[in-house]
Amino acid sequence: MTTTSTPPLLAGTPERARFTAVLRAEWTKFRTVRGWVIAPIMAAVLCVVFTFLVANGTHTDFCTGTGNCTAGHAFVPTGPKGQAVADSYYTLGGRLTGDGTITTQVTSLTGVISTAPTDVAPSQAQQTRPGVPAWAKAGILLRPSTRQGSAYAAVMVTGGHGDRFQYDYSHDDAGRPGPVSAGSPHWLRLTRTGDTLTGYDSTNGTTWTRTGTAHLTGLPATVYAGLFVTSPVSFQTSASGARTLATATFDHTVIDGSATPSAWHGQSIGAGEQDFYPTLRAGSYHRAGGSLVVSGSGDIAPAVVQGLLGADTASSSLPFGLTVALIVLIVVATMFVTAEYRRGLIRITFAAIPGRHRVLAAKAVVIGAVAFVIAAVAAATAVPLGEHILHANGAYVFPAGALTVVRIVAGAAALAAVTAVAVLAVGTITRKSAAAVAGGIVVFVLPSIIGSISSGGAVQWLYRLTPAAGLSVLQALPRSAQVDYPYTFANGYYPLAPWAGFGVLAAWAALVLGIAAVLLRRRDA
Amino acid sequence: MNDAIIEVTGLRKRFGPTLALDGVTFTAPPGKVTGFIGPNGAGKSTTIRVILGLDAPDEGHARVGGHPYRDLRNPLRHVGALVDAAAVQPSRTARNHLLWLARSQTLEAGRVDAVLELVGLAAAARRKAGGFSLGMRQRLGIAAAMLGDPPVVILDEPFNGMDPEGIVWMRKLLRTLAAEGRALLVSSHLMSELQGIADHIVVIGRGKVLAEAGIDELLARAAGEQVLLQTPTPAEAYRVLHRAGGVTTIIDDGALSVSGLAARQVVAALGQSDVVFSEVTTQRPTLEDVYFQLTSGEAEFGTNTVQGAQR
Ligand SMILES: Nc1ncnc2c1ncn2[C@@H]1O[C@H](COP(=O)(O)OP(=O)(O)OP(=O)(O)O)[C@@H](O)[C@H]1O
Ligand SMILES: [Mg+2]
Repeated sequence: MTTTSTPPLLAGTPERARFTAVLRAEWTKFRTVRGWVIAPIMAAVLCVVFTFLVANGTHTDFCTGTGNCTAGHAFVPTGPKGQAVADSYYTLGGRLTGDGTITTQVTSLTGVISTAPTDVAPSQAQQTRPGVPAWAKAGILLRPSTRQGSAYAAVMVTGGHGDRFQYDYSHDDAGRPGPVSAGSPHWLRLTRTGDTLTGYDSTNGTTWTRTGTAHLTGLPATVYAGLFVTSPVSFQTSASGARTLATATFDHTVIDGSATPSAWHGQSIGAGEQDFYPTLRAGSYHRAGGSLVVSGSGDIAPAVVQGLLGADTASSSLPFGLTVALIVLIVVATMFVTAEYRRGLIRITFAAIPGRHRVLAAKAVVIGAVAFVIAAVAAATAVPLGEHILHANGAYVFPAGALTVVRIVAGAAALAAVTAVAVLAVGTITRKSAAAVAGGIVVFVLPSIIGSISSGGAVQWLYRLTPAAGLSVLQALPRSAQVDYPYTFANGYYPLAPWAGFGVLAAWAALVLGIAAVLLRRRDA
Repeated sequence: MNDAIIEVTGLRKRFGPTLALDGVTFTAPPGKVTGFIGPNGAGKSTTIRVILGLDAPDEGHARVGGHPYRDLRNPLRHVGALVDAAAVQPSRTARNHLLWLARSQTLEAGRVDAVLELVGLAAAARRKAGGFSLGMRQRLGIAAAMLGDPPVVILDEPFNGMDPEGIVWMRKLLRTLAAEGRALLVSSHLMSELQGIADHIVVIGRGKVLAEAGIDELLARAAGEQVLLQTPTPAEAYRVLHRAGGVTTIIDDGALSVSGLAARQVVAALGQSDVVFSEVTTQRPTLEDVYFQLTSGEAEFGTNTVQGAQR
């Protein structure tokens, strides 16, 4: 008998090696049941097929202000980093060569808000009431050109966020707080030195405080510089938003010590019908004595989907296919443990491996890894495919950076892995296949199905508290602190940040795993 | 401490209203086949599950080679067990069933082929276990038990579903394994299955050990062993044998039955006293008789009722 030569019972094999043996045993168990190998592959195929079908069934129409709708989508500017941006405003300016400084004093910022929602054509939306959105902006702008989406830096006053220095759409530094009024005008200054742009503000035009600095590499010698005013869609009173227009009065506008050059001219950027960003009207300017009065509508900021655009993203076709794949994986994960209970095989397992938690852990690793790989392959195939089909169908697909796509794919994989592990735990608790499959689907899939077909405030809680929160990893639309927008589920935003939502799912999984572990120890096999 | 020993001490286990084990104590010694015998529902399987660490006893403990089962590293190298021959994943092949077990004990795949050979399943190694007959599954279960070449082997009703050829094979295997010095614990509810192979018998009924003894001792101790004596002088013989300690009954004017004395002692006593006798025969009870005696003795505590309820 070999046993006499085996090392003493209690000394010996390190914990890691013991777990490796259990892991190999569980992996052997998994791969030697053909159905368990085929089903996950089917899950991946189904995920890709359903993503294709969803994308293929998506058609978008683009309607101009005059009410004509055609297939296709509005123009969305692309920012310096490939991100989608809003770049609509009214500007009064001209060329500036070499280093220079522009100074101005903003003495008033007022505005109007349309009483009609944005889904009404601008021509019908001219009825207004007074009001200035918090992110209405008026100030000094400098950029290589007025091409939409190009780099820029600007110092500005805002309707409700005080003075700001912003550049390249997503960078934002706060200056002095407080609104502009005749009694408290704000002085603004923007200087260019080489590639470096610096914003300042002041209460008196003599003592200046630096607000922020930007380095716009590759800035040409001759750039566009001038005053600008813009005013974003307001969601204060209407869920679909209302177009707005802001008007600012600029005094003492000085360039490099000289008064406003007569060569400066006004132009409206991005106010055309093709642009996705809703504007009230094109904007204008006039001189009033020594003052320049400029009106503008639009926004210079990261684009979030403004209703009109639809919410097609890299991941928007994926959830259905992913859900189908999850259900298949749930069945496999369940069987991986309940089949052993059904056949009495669990006793052989626990006789061979008395450390039951080690068995549960090894099973979790195996089924988690299988689900992870399957979902990763499925998502890595389905996401580009869905995006491609959406493009082919004329839809606007919100650009997602490479990192976002990687996060979506890794997130989908992690979501599947954690769900599979959780359902394995459910199976360990119930010991019955049907109960575990039903329980697993009700707890880990049903909330997201309910969420996808219902609306209203309760949905937000579904994606906050239930395992459906895990779907937050698919979030493809960016949020921006510089854009006041209802970041609701209906608008394509999960209420939690991707990894926070994933954490909620993981917490659920940890809970059922914990219950399973306790029961495993307490119960007879 | 010998690895090849099972010690069970004071096991008590309750399943809801059922007291499945009520102070079970016995030892399965090395180099012997210990028959673990009792009617349905006696607690055999429960005892085995407790030994294997599958069920936790309410009281008492079981040790294998001196250690609680849960403390064993790679337990299949210490204890091989067949608890339920039906416990296979139907779509997994016999070989793969053994392969995962081998992996769990860091045993070479070569052991898998060796035990398949041992149980005569080499030809069916790559067939799905779901298609196996009960007899083949028993063999697969034995193969799994022998995988780690363990010093202790526990088999719960291994003869179930075996054809005569299989039973002969199994008996031979059990003898061989015991001869190699292993401790074997083999349960059955038929004494006859174990007759001729068990050296040591543990009889269990209603959760209690009714008898634990070597097979000869058990037979001798049995109240049923009687010596029949033909004699022309029964009265004289009665006196002599009574004095010698035998419980003697005069059957008729030419025959006596004696219990409590072996035939050899009867002959010696009668010879010393010059009592004439013509024929001495020993009526040796079979193990089956012993078993029925023991279990029917339990009848007053309701063993038969349990037996009835289980059928
Ligand atoms: N898991 C369980 N839950 C409830 N009762 C149980 C359980 N396991 C065993 N029992 C009960 O414990 C008693 C002993 O059962 P056990 O299976 O140990 O008997 P056995 O001697 O193996 O019988 P058999 O010869 O029929 O296999 C029986 O009354 C049985 O019903
Ligand atoms: Mg039994």
